[in-house]
Amino acid sequence: MYEWPILSVVTFLPLVGALLIVLMIRGDDEVAKRNARWVALWATLVTFVISLLLLVGFDASNPDFQFTEYQPWLGDVAAYRMGVDGISLPFIVLTTLLMPMCILASWESIQHRVKEYMICFLVLETLMIGTFAALDLLQFYFFFEGGLIPMFLIIGIWGGKRRIYATFKFFLYTLAGSVLMMLAIMAMYWQAGTTDITQLLTFNFPSGMQHWLWLAFFASFAVKMPMWPVHTWLPDAHVEAPTAGSVILAGILLKMGGYGLLRFSLPMFPEASAYFAPFVFTLSVIAIVYTSLVALMQEDMKKLIAYSSVAHMGYVTMGIFTLTQEGIQGAVFQMVSHGFVSGALFLCVGVVYDRMHTREISAYGGLVFRMPIYATLFMVFTMANVGLPGTSGFIGEFLTLLATFGRNTWVAFFATTGVILSAAYALWLYRRIIFGPLEKDSLKGLGDVNAREMASLVPLLFFTILFGVWPQPILDACNVAVNAIVARADIAVGAVKAAALVLP
Amino acid sequence: MTLSLAALGPALPELLLALSALALLMLGAFAGPKSTDTVNGLALAALFGALVLVLIGPAEATLFNGAFQVDAFGRFMKVLALIGAGGTLAMSVDWLKIEKQDRFEYPVLVLLSTLGMMVLISAGDLIALYMGLEMMSLALYVIAANNRDSVRSTEAGLKYFVLGALSSGMLLYGASLIYGFTGSVNFAQIAQAAREPSLGLIFGIVFTFAGLCFKVSAVPFHMWTPDVYEGAPAPVTAFFASAPKVAAMAVFVRFAMEALPNVAHQWQQIIVFVSIASMALGSFAAIGQRNFKRLMAYSSIGHMGFALVGLAAGTQQGVQGVLVYMAVYLVMTLGTFACILSMRRKDGMVESYDELAGLARTSPVKAFMLAVLMFSLAGIPPLAGFLAKYYVFLAAIEAGLYTLAVIGVLTSVVGAFYYLRIVKIMYFDEPAAAFEPMRSEPRVVLAISGTFTLLFFVYPAPLIAAAAAAARALF
Repeated sequence: MYEWPILSVVTFLPLVGALLIVLMIRGDDEVAKRNARWVALWATLVTFVISLLLLVGFDASNPDFQFTEYQPWLGDVAAYRMGVDGISLPFIVLTTLLMPMCILASWESIQHRVKEYMICFLVLETLMIGTFAALDLLQFYFFFEGGLIPMFLIIGIWGGKRRIYATFKFFLYTLAGSVLMMLAIMAMYWQAGTTDITQLLTFNFPSGMQHWLWLAFFASFAVKMPMWPVHTWLPDAHVEAPTAGSVILAGILLKMGGYGLLRFSLPMFPEASAYFAPFVFTLSVIAIVYTSLVALMQEDMKKLIAYSSVAHMGYVTMGIFTLTQEGIQGAVFQMVSHGFVSGALFLCVGVVYDRMHTREISAYGGLVFRMPIYATLFMVFTMANVGLPGTSGFIGEFLTLLATFGRNTWVAFFATTGVILSAAYALWLYRRIIFGPLEKDSLKGLGDVNAREMASLVPLLFFTILFGVWPQPILDACNVAVNAIVARADIAVGAVKAAALVLP
Repeated sequence: MTLSLAALGPALPELLLALSALALLMLGAFAGPKSTDTVNGLALAALFGALVLVLIGPAEATLFNGAFQVDAFGRFMKVLALIGAGGTLAMSVDWLKIEKQDRFEYPVLVLLSTLGMMVLISAGDLIALYMGLEMMSLALYVIAANNRDSVRSTEAGLKYFVLGALSSGMLLYGASLIYGFTGSVNFAQIAQAAREPSLGLIFGIVFTFAGLCFKVSAVPFHMWTPDVYEGAPAPVTAFFASAPKVAAMAVFVRFAMEALPNVAHQWQQIIVFVSIASMALGSFAAIGQRNFKRLMAYSSIGHMGFALVGLAAGTQQGVQGVLVYMAVYLVMTLGTFACILSMRRKDGMVESYDELAGLARTSPVKAFMLAVLMFSLAGIPPLAGFLAKYYVFLAAIEAGLYTLAVIGVLTSVVGAFYYLRIVKIMYFDEPAAAFEPMRSEPRVVLAISGTFTLLFFVYPAPLIAAAAAAARALF
């Protein structure tokens, strides 16, 4: 499509920005801080603009990977392969879109070690984009795991009071899940003789082996998603992370789990996926109902949103393992939409946190009198989180529930109660913060959102509404790729059923 | 058979080291303590010369009726051992001078020990193996007690000697059993004779392996490691952790692969057990340590466990994994010890790693390099330590050792905890008083080691290819 390796440019441009900060900016005075911020902002903006070229050049009707690149790297064991299809492209653009907003959100709230902060974020962006663009198993693992290092530092250096505990928990949980995936990658290499994802997508692993491989990959992605019962690192990490860290965590890092399930578990181990689907349904339903109930009782705004993230990811896993077109498309849509919405909600929390330096829900009340614009923005995102029709949150939930209903009515029934519960906790949160009398003296001097905050929230508002009423672009983009996954799953399921019929 | 001098050509690096050691000993003995600097410099030059000779020397040769063999495997390991010895010697000169422990015997002993390692790596029969091992170890016992006036240092030396002698005895006993039941001391002929495992042979293997496990400090023969690492002067510890480990691992691999390929099934179980035990102990026992040197002792026990995973696989892929692992381990160890050697305040050395608090703010570059090394030791991509682990586990999976692999990676997660704690102390804690500026030698070593660890993934092909070629030599 393009003469130059556009995917590598998009992936490594943020790294170039980080190098610029390392090499060009000296000292720790105000000028250095300002320069670091501007370099980071420009690097992320330019990356975003170039990533738009991917959208322009992408042919949604082509089932193959596009913008592919190849470089030899480790002989047989691995190579440098890049490429995107309809499933990975939305996540890449989501990443490049959220990053400038994260930089903006940290503009004033981060005042110490600004240079290091911006470097961490830029490195993290490279690793995140690389995760979605990698077409080689080992290369994927490099990007996937490498992201732990900058995130570890971001939470640990710029986090809140219990940051050490939170960041260790985050790191070790994720690492423990991932090392098993590393072994599975090796086993796949010896079985298939390649780590090329495009070839592995059509490789048929023996069914006994599929189960083990599936479990190993699932261990990694379930922690990353996170799914109940391995979700407990997420609320801690969210609460302690700086605002931008939370946005990235909820907006992108969680999606890596869902992306991994779609890229590896489903197409490479279709039989095992069909076999384990009831198990995943159970976990998803427990996640949806249980974490929604837990969210109701939270007193910390970020923790509440974190638990609601776990619940929303429950819809994603549920949709993915319906193994149907609607379910998987719904899951992709839900992930993208959740990227906007949860990102925006964390930004909203950041807005009041920067002013009040507390996230206790009880410390707020009656903000609508002082911050009407903020109240409006927060309302739209709350509604999107609830899944109100007309917002992007609705489409994903509806599609996944629809697909689940076709598979298993009871699962759909229990999952739907999650929609009601999400309305309960989200609206209750909104009422306690925005409405009610403005009694607390500390709140009386608050100013409304400023231009910088608007710049990060309004684009998200726009996309939330746009995709709520016009979901077609995302659904079209991933249509062909999802078709291929479903077709493979159907064959595998059919084979299992046929085998079951032959047996007495 | 008479040997002409020219025929000794393949052993030139060893001859150079031996003659330099003797000559430098004379120089020191006659010129007195003032010659220490000269002896240090010349010893370094000798190590460098040996390195060059190894690199330009013949690729394949056998001497002394097969007792001494030069091959790609040996060259790879010798280069590592020489780099380890040279790097640590270079770093120690200044340190020992400041601590007033500089003696001309030290570089001479390092040379002799390195000579032992070279013989050990090239050993083609059990006698050469024992000779190399003892030459290496005897010199090591002495330099462990280099700080003669310190109780801890002499205790370390004595402990090392007593336990080391015990393990040498076991090795010798095992070697005699192997000789008795196969009728030869030559590795190739043992391999010929040992087609069917007999009880006596298995006893012999167990005893020799116990002796070798002691040298690589693998569980359950690791007891000496923490005490010796902690008690010995820091540069000596750095030396212990780098070159002798490489040499011992080399002979372990060579002995297992050349002498016992036909009874692999018998010894594989031993290695699997030792490997699991080392990895587990290395990760769990290190959690409670506050002394950086002691921590590195447990860390090295764990890392030897990981390297042995490759040997347990018993395949060419596995040997390649061991080689890559040892190379990366050596680089990481040198870098880490460069940091430990420069933990010096005005009132002397400190050894607790809590003293590193806030290093990221007092000296950011050093902290960054050490953090890279810690993440790499923990095995996090994209750093070199990850690729090293990847290659050994790749071999284990190929050989079907799934239990070993799963336990191995899970212990690496436990191990990650204490490496991360060092990063936490450097980056998250409030700064403590700054250290004295780093000396130039540790600084150079740290810069090279950190850069290698960080950027190894960009162009790993040369090292991997060299390791593959070296591994092929054993098959």
